[in-house]
Amino acid sequence: MTVLLEVADLATHYAAKDVTVRALDGVSFTLREGEVLGVVGESGCGKSTLARTVLRLVEPTGGAIRFLGEDITRLDRRAMVRRRRQMQVVFQDPFGSLNPRHRVGEIVVEPLEVHGIGDRVSRAARVAELLALVGLPADSAGRYPHEFSGGQRQRIAIARALVLEPKLLIADEPVSALDVSIQSQIINLLAELRVRLGLAMMFISHDLSVIRHVSDRIAVMYLGRIVEIAPTADIFERPAHPYTQALLSAVPHTDATRRRERILLSGEMPDPAKPPGGCAFHTRCRHAMPRCSVERPLLVPRTIEGGAVRETACHLY
Amino acid sequence: MADAPLLSVEHLDVTMRGIPVLEDVSFQIAPGETLGLVGESGCGKSVTALSIMRLLPNPPGKIAGGRILFDGIDMTALDAAGLRAIRGDRIGMIFQEPMTSLNPVYTIGDQIGESLIVHRGMSGSAAKAETAKLLDLVGIPSARNQLGRYPHEMSGGQRQRVMIAIALACRPKLLIADEPTTALDVTVQAQILDLIGRLRVELGMAVLLITHDLGVVAEFCDRVAVMYAGRIVEEAPAAELFRRPRHRYTEALLHTMPAANPPGRKLPSISGTVPAPLDRGDGCIFAPRCGFAVPRCTAELPPLEGAPHRLRCWNPA
Repeated sequence: MTVLLEVADLATHYAAKDVTVRALDGVSFTLREGEVLGVVGESGCGKSTLARTVLRLVEPTGGAIRFLGEDITRLDRRAMVRRRRQMQVVFQDPFGSLNPRHRVGEIVVEPLEVHGIGDRVSRAARVAELLALVGLPADSAGRYPHEFSGGQRQRIAIARALVLEPKLLIADEPVSALDVSIQSQIINLLAELRVRLGLAMMFISHDLSVIRHVSDRIAVMYLGRIVEIAPTADIFERPAHPYTQALLSAVPHTDATRRRERILLSGEMPDPAKPPGGCAFHTRCRHAMPRCSVERPLLVPRTIEGGAVRETACHLY
Repeated sequence: MADAPLLSVEHLDVTMRGIPVLEDVSFQIAPGETLGLVGESGCGKSVTALSIMRLLPNPPGKIAGGRILFDGIDMTALDAAGLRAIRGDRIGMIFQEPMTSLNPVYTIGDQIGESLIVHRGMSGSAAKAETAKLLDLVGIPSARNQLGRYPHEMSGGQRQRVMIAIALACRPKLLIADEPTTALDVTVQAQILDLIGRLRVELGMAVLLITHDLGVVAEFCDRVAVMYAGRIVEEAPAAELFRRPRHRYTEALLHTMPAANPPGRKLPSISGTVPAPLDRGDGCIFAPRCGFAVPRCTAELPPLEGAPHRLRCWNPA
């Protein structure tokens, strides 16, 4: 399948008082049309900055973002707005991202107005179509966000994101604020829409069981870098990077047969303003060698069983 | 349970503005035992914790019936002085967000020391020495140098360690932990649960762990009580409950989890929503959403029965 999104050596640095925080520090990956890439990592790993930078809601400090072959890194504002028709986003908090004073119909129709698509009649029809698609009752258009539950509000946000028929949906912790029983409904909805609309997704979450369920491939991030990227089954069955191994081992399971021997990490995640030299994980890695504190490991692709490719940034391999 | 219970909650009814939020809640915790209280948002698990500590604001909250026996003392009958002698002394408590439970304008040394001076009658210098020991105990490195730090200078995981140090200052017999790891990353969660588990053994302390995370209770607790809409619906030894859930709500909840399903498969969901407190009818509160309801379920409230596996269900799995 064709490559939809190609991110090369992407860097986003934030200037604080007298330090530079390297929120993204040389991130590279590709996403094919219709593919779901899960992005997982803990607070401060840069996964949300990655989402924002790819959409250019935050300006990259370096590197390139290519969307359908076009370098969008240096598009001017108007060209970028046009480009964003095909790249939409859903955030974690469905309350904070919906204007409480607008009716649901106005919220969902807004992108069509911004991009000057259709007339009043065709827009209204499109909104009705979208509300049905995400499983909201037909009379929702005339109601306000506060009249809906958390799960329904996330459906509204999804309807708004899909009204322009994007090719890429970036979902940043879309189910993290929801209870388990509601979570499953939204996960099902995204999975169904993906198939029906041929959507590609960047699905960002800290929840490994959710990521496992929805993703074709998974990128594991630590301190602004991707440390490992591989097909989902491969990440879970044969994690190679020591951080991936520790992360997976920390997840508690209700099913006793799935528990792994726990690898407790010592200490805390280092300050992203002062990342350790070499491999950023070496200060907490049980396999660290002298080389790890000196030389930064690059993501090295290797062909694995079945012809798929796994990339790991670790001197062990 | 061979031992006399340390905590015995008996037929507890709690109302908020006259509306029942807890109904007929009963459970026991033996000395040194860990009980998990699980359920989704609004099921009453936090209200249960606050009621035990008598921290529920009154009004609007009111204990309308039942008893809470801690070490044979009825907490519902105690006056303010009697409660102060137990809270923070024989029962310690930690909450989800350590930042809001810690006082931002006092150093962590002062905040831990306060508890030692008030409850254990220590002098300032003795309290300081003991505080350093407590910080060592909870795994804060170079503890003595940390006493002058403020909460905002620490990470979420470290702040939760400080909260645990405060809760443990008086060597409580019972630790009530209300979502203690919900705001933390999964590897930090593993560190904190490991810490609570070790301290529990070292200090012979019982733990009431309140969480929405079924994986956490499965791995951490001896027994589990599942709450739904203000009532306990099932309670059993943890391994048994997760291997063979019998109440239809527990069963449905476990089935909706992504981890319980093959990746990519449509997740089962629970239809409908939790009924409002005044709209609960005479029967089982879960009956309107239950796929296995028989006529009796909507007509008659099932009692919580059985030992050691208790459940409130007319048509169990």
